[in-house]
Amino acid sequence: MFINFFYLLKKEGVPVSITEWMTLMDALSKGMAASSLTSFYYLTRSILVKSETHFDKYDLAFQKYFEGIETPNQISEQIIKWLENALPPKDMEIDLEAKLKYQLENLDLDELKKMFEERLKEQKSEHHGGSKWVGTGGTSPFGHSGYHPGGIRVGGNSLRRSAVKVAGERKYQEFRGDETLGVRQFEVALKKLRQFTTRLEGPKDQLDLDKTISATCKNAGRLELVWTRPSKNAVKIILLMDSGGSMGPYYRLCNQLFTAVNKSAHFKALDVFYFHNCVYDHIYLDPSCRLKNSIKTEDLLRTHNSDYKLIFVGDASMAPSELIQVNGIIDWGMTNSEPGLTWLERLARHFSHNAWLNPIPESHWNTTEGYYTIQLIKSVFPMFELTVDGLEQAIKKLKVRTAI
Amino acid sequence: MVKKLNNFEGTDDYIVSEDLRNSVNVAVALSKPLLIKGEPGTGKTVLAQSIAKSLGLQLLIWNIKSTTKAQDGLYVYDTVQRLYDSQFDNKNVADIKQYIKLGKLGEAFVANQPVVLLIDEIDKADLEFPNDLLWELDVMNFHIPETGETVSAVHRPIVIITSNAEKELPDPFLRRCIFHYIAFPEAEMMEQIVKVHYPDLESKLLKEAMASFYWLRNLNGLQKKPSTSELLDWVQALSAGGIKPERIYQELPFLGTLLKKNQDFDVVLRRAHNRGTGDNQSSARSFRNW
Repeated sequence: MFINFFYLLKKEGVPVSITEWMTLMDALSKGMAASSLTSFYYLTRSILVKSETHFDKYDLAFQKYFEGIETPNQISEQIIKWLENALPPKDMEIDLEAKLKYQLENLDLDELKKMFEERLKEQKSEHHGGSKWVGTGGTSPFGHSGYHPGGIRVGGNSLRRSAVKVAGERKYQEFRGDETLGVRQFEVALKKLRQFTTRLEGPKDQLDLDKTISATCKNAGRLELVWTRPSKNAVKIILLMDSGGSMGPYYRLCNQLFTAVNKSAHFKALDVFYFHNCVYDHIYLDPSCRLKNSIKTEDLLRTHNSDYKLIFVGDASMAPSELIQVNGIIDWGMTNSEPGLTWLERLARHFSHNAWLNPIPESHWNTTEGYYTIQLIKSVFPMFELTVDGLEQAIKKLKVRTAI
Repeated sequence: MVKKLNNFEGTDDYIVSEDLRNSVNVAVALSKPLLIKGEPGTGKTVLAQSIAKSLGLQLLIWNIKSTTKAQDGLYVYDTVQRLYDSQFDNKNVADIKQYIKLGKLGEAFVANQPVVLLIDEIDKADLEFPNDLLWELDVMNFHIPETGETVSAVHRPIVIITSNAEKELPDPFLRRCIFHYIAFPEAEMMEQIVKVHYPDLESKLLKEAMASFYWLRNLNGLQKKPSTSELLDWVQALSAGGIKPERIYQELPFLGTLLKKNQDFDVVLRRAHNRGTGDNQSSARSFRNW
């Protein structure tokens, strides 16, 4: 039963397992969906989907499987325009509603779709308040803000929702894991950088009082000492943030990450530096990037040994010359004897645990203005987009050395 | 017997949405734990109380803290007490049974009638915590090696688990649960919720308060959005303070009950100022007064 739906869900990226599927079958055999598609929608979701971040994918799969919910995609611009001049939402008199319902009860979805396509072909102008054409405020099955018990909504907002349309509305879109989210979500993601590092290294040199007591008690009162590792986090982080002009649009996003990193008190060390487009001889201590408030990049390499993990945050978009030419530095009156890329490679070699977070969405990396430099930098640092998903991937990456 | 329980309908003081009610009934009928997630203040914890009340069952609450271990929910073997007793020789220390104290899960198992067990904020505990409970929640029994006893559930308890999504829960655990995400209530439902708590509230005051509340929630850049429980506090403060309904939207009095962060105050203050409600001068002045 519905076995294809199971595979469709998997294809859409909802992690469903056989166990859960069997549970659903159990529930269905107990008649819990009450033979209604809406209850089936909720029942299936509560059993198969275990995170609100997957709700949107579930909605998509549901929509695909129980197709016919979406309006045909040949709706022309023209029709959408007609609908913009809407009448106020229609209130139906009760008897008229009952009459309509009676008339239209036997209309099934295929028929309705066929009618709709015919109407689309015939209709030449705007119609509102009527009962046949695509328009607003009427009782025709097509359009919006009107009333028709089993109609197709074209544009507008849902005033009266029909059962299967719930999935089509994709209410949970904003919960998708690949969306950019706030500080707290970043914090939660950063917490994962801890779980892999505590209690793994260092000598057992701390007295574990609880275990000593219980061991001694089990030993009938004769003292037995139990030692443990101090549960300190050993993760050390260097955060290098681009504060160049092209980062302006991503200011808020980067700020959220910055706040989250700062709030995560569980790092053993956290050092933040700034750069303008690319790293050269100097690295700056504040976002204004002024020379008097900078240290030499060489010194950074000297004072921070290679167990620091390096996180770059930047759009990696600049003129190619800034990256590959001597004296390509963007700042007026400054020179660099080595190209920026050399510096980046040097950093990557020194800090073998590294990652680059890019606020530009990954899907744009090949098409954006700075695609050339993005590709170049990507060959040096593993690059991830600055979303919660991307950050999680980056954190996984930070646990292993990057070969260069 | 399970069938008989399968009729959770919400209670007088707890408004439940249709899909949440379905999820509860599904979980009860399939005897699976129900995992509830949602924004803070959407009534996750109160749900368990409501279920217990509606079904007329006893409620056991197991509050999870960052130091809680799965073992604590089953039983604790009080070795120290036993050692202590052994030195004074006034109890039979050979009887280990008296030093075994059942935890909340253990209590739920041995109860003579079905109970509702709330495992509150499971994500507070260590990452491995849910995994350690897999067997016990599945088979509903556990073994006490010290006494050689096995504690089995007399009646399968209805298990409600809440999570604030501070940590990801492990997949094997999720597979065994029924999941429900409590979405933030829409204005219509919110009105019902407030009315349930304060039935005598003046309708105009409620309307104005709701308008301001949703205006606040829809502001971009708030670090902590006000939630249901905060709205309830606010409404109570407004009505107790005798604030005139028409002043609410303009002046946003007692904002401290809704917002909990300094930065949020600044954001709201600025936006409210630019809102162009006409008399900006006076509203700005009243902001300075609180």
